[in-house]
Amino acid sequence: MILKLAWRNIWRNKRRSLITAASVLFALFFALIMRSMQLGAYENMIRNVVGVSTGYIQVHAKDFWDEKTLEYSMERNPSLEQKILSTEGVADVVPRLESFSLASTGNATKAAAILGIDPQKETEYFDFDNGLQEGEIFAENGKGILLSEGLAEYFKLKTNDTLVLIGQGYHGVSANGKYHVNGVVKLRSPELNKRLAFLTLKEAQFLYGADNRITSFVVIPERENDFPELTESLRTGLDTAAYEVMNWREMMPELVQAIQADSAGGLVMLFILYLVISFGIFGTILMMTSERQYEYGILTAIGMKRGKLALTVVMETFFLSLLGVIGGGLLALPLVLYYHYNPINLGGGEMGDAYEEYGFEPIIPASIDPSIIFTHSTIVLFISVLLSFYAVWKIYYLQPVKAMRS
Amino acid sequence: MPVIETHNLERVYQDGSQVIKAVDGIDLQIDEGEFTAIVGPSGSGKTTLLNLIGGLDKPTGGQVSIAGENISDLSDNQMINFRLEHIGFVFQAYNLIPVLTAVENVEFIMLLQKKSKVERRRRATQLLEAVGLGDRLDKKPGELSGGQQQRVAVARALASKPDFVLADEPTANLDSASTANLLDIMARLNREENMTFVFATHDQRVIDRAKRIITVEDGKIKSDVKVDH
Repeated sequence: MILKLAWRNIWRNKRRSLITAASVLFALFFALIMRSMQLGAYENMIRNVVGVSTGYIQVHAKDFWDEKTLEYSMERNPSLEQKILSTEGVADVVPRLESFSLASTGNATKAAAILGIDPQKETEYFDFDNGLQEGEIFAENGKGILLSEGLAEYFKLKTNDTLVLIGQGYHGVSANGKYHVNGVVKLRSPELNKRLAFLTLKEAQFLYGADNRITSFVVIPERENDFPELTESLRTGLDTAAYEVMNWREMMPELVQAIQADSAGGLVMLFILYLVISFGIFGTILMMTSERQYEYGILTAIGMKRGKLALTVVMETFFLSLLGVIGGGLLALPLVLYYHYNPINLGGGEMGDAYEEYGFEPIIPASIDPSIIFTHSTIVLFISVLLSFYAVWKIYYLQPVKAMRS
Repeated sequence: MPVIETHNLERVYQDGSQVIKAVDGIDLQIDEGEFTAIVGPSGSGKTTLLNLIGGLDKPTGGQVSIAGENISDLSDNQMINFRLEHIGFVFQAYNLIPVLTAVENVEFIMLLQKKSKVERRRRATQLLEAVGLGDRLDKKPGELSGGQQQRVAVARALASKPDFVLADEPTANLDSASTANLLDIMARLNREENMTFVFATHDQRVIDRAKRIITVEDGKIKSDVKVDH
């Protein structure tokens, strides 16, 4: 009956309750949209980075990340690979060999980043084939080259055209080769999409004279969010004098800082939003408490314990906010889902250019991470319960005789 | 043993530099089955006396005993429990919970006593039938007349099986017919079930039905008369 009492009390002043619930609804709606967009943008940035670029975790030879030359490459050691694979939480490892070459065809020449990959694994873990624009992904022992869309456009190359790579390999050997274009892929990161070309790992090792050598093992975690703990486990298990284990946060600290700075701005906005609805909810509680002094006096007089009375009032506020929270969630959900599957395209605008400049796909998809709705609903409900403690305080210090005279 | 006993009861208020003795050394005994009216002009101290007897206010001197138990030293929580188990209240007006139906209002007090749902419903229905509201069980206070609301309040006051019922100006907002009807019900409950009623009132219609009239003036008992009807 306490629940019934709390629920029915909400509807004693229907208009006021609806206005309060509506203020919670709109605040939560805007909070969810804002945060989903913001976190969605970050997720997109991270996806761009951890996809073809770094992966969640990499194992390199010591100092490779600082020097980034083949001299700091490492032997593809089966025991190392096995050790990584046997670490709890590791789903797989993907070997890569990365270097630079001058790419040339006809009169055009451009510096290109060359990535030697295991095409099957890259396709499996990084949706590598999704961006295929023409041609095909090469087989494991394929001899051709896959060009990023930007590079293909620069050289005006199509499938089966020829590209020459000229560069320096392991220990300074000359690294030259002529390749048929196997296909063209569009990469999510605009920066990489302008300068990256792929060879099979074997072909890259051959080109750079780095037989059986790789520059990194990209570690695929079983659960992506567990990457910080997994980084530590790998560090504990591997010889850190010979190898370095880095996760994407460590490899891209500037991205982490940019996200943190931007996120802090968003949180300030949310704080202001919550402050505004807090005043709305508090106004309702204030009026409700002052209007019902007489009733509280009667209820205490007839034998209702203050704790039970306070619980009823807290539940009333909770239900009121819950109505707003459910409404806000239901209103925001379709919009969040829509923008998740149809991200806002910033291409062509100033903001889009800024995104591309930093190497990100110029889109803002909404995040559908359920923790966003859970967190913000909990915050709103917590605020309302916290504010209802004003009424609780009034009830605890209520003198029935005085209250009944009001 | 008296149901209510006060000994040298005092309630002093401080209003700035002025000391007001609302209740000034009252000794009183009310036995089971009495139908008593405490009367007096406004400001005489009758409501303060009723509040002290009901444990709604704390005396500044003397003591109140209910069924032999001194309630003056009970803590706030103990007092709430004591009121729930021993005292029924009927206030002047608006003393029902507006969002609950008549039967739920009566049940509410038994819910606080942790009585079972079946028992609550059975007794609440029985009491509402006894006050002539058997056909208004599911009506909310707003759908009942003032007299009907007061009858629900009487049913609620009796629901907890109290030792006595305190009624503070219960007829103040009622018309003559409703007042007569309410007093008939209370008198019948007093006669048939030996329920003790104590009224604080200046309504002559109530005074005319009381079997004992205690007149209070300036916080003191001026007269205490038993009446035979």
